[in-house]
Amino acid sequence: MERCVFSAERIKDLLEKQLADCEAVVIDDVGDGEHFSARVASTEFVGKSLVQQHQLVYKALAEHMHRDIHALALKTYTPDRWSGQEG
Amino acid sequence: MSDVHERIQKLVDANRVLLFMKGDRHFPQCGFSMRAVNIVHALGVPFETVDVLSDPEIRQGIKKFSNWPTIPQLYIDGEFIGGSDIVWELYQSGDLQKKVTEHPNAEAVE
Repeated sequence: MERCVFSAERIKDLLEKQLADCEAVVIDDVGDGEHFSARVASTEFVGKSLVQQHQLVYKALAEHMHRDIHALALKTYTPDRWSGQEG
Repeated sequence: MSDVHERIQKLVDANRVLLFMKGDRHFPQCGFSMRAVNIVHALGVPFETVDVLSDPEIRQGIKKFSNWPTIPQLYIDGEFIGGSDIVWELYQSGDLQKKVTEHPNAEAVE
């Protein structure tokens, strides 16, 4: 079976396709295609706890967690907090 | 309820502050577990750890139990707090200290 090489770009695509009004910044921390950091904003996070917000991200990446993604440092934002971040 | 679910529930019920991690507090076996255990230690309250590396059943079971795919995982007063990123975020905002300092049932007394 062909093993897919994971990239920050691929994670960004998966998240932005599956989460509503999502904007994601994903970095391949050490350039090994396994350890990533992501900052993710989505309107789906509004009114949810941090645990629920992270669970939505993990769900969007589902089968890739562990298989392709060894580690994902995560910070989630509701859209209003996100625009505050970008300044 | 499966055996492992029951085992985890008992651990969570028996320990006010409980960290599931890789390794133990003296020898964390992963950077994320190290970060989490350092933060929990800094809270200045007694806590227990469970080394998932020495217990494969719990290592798998805890992921389902918490609906959370990664280790470490922190529980306070039976509540799942999160993984290392959330623990760090709540520590920085002071909310984590508040959670462990305030008596869990303080609000229930009226």
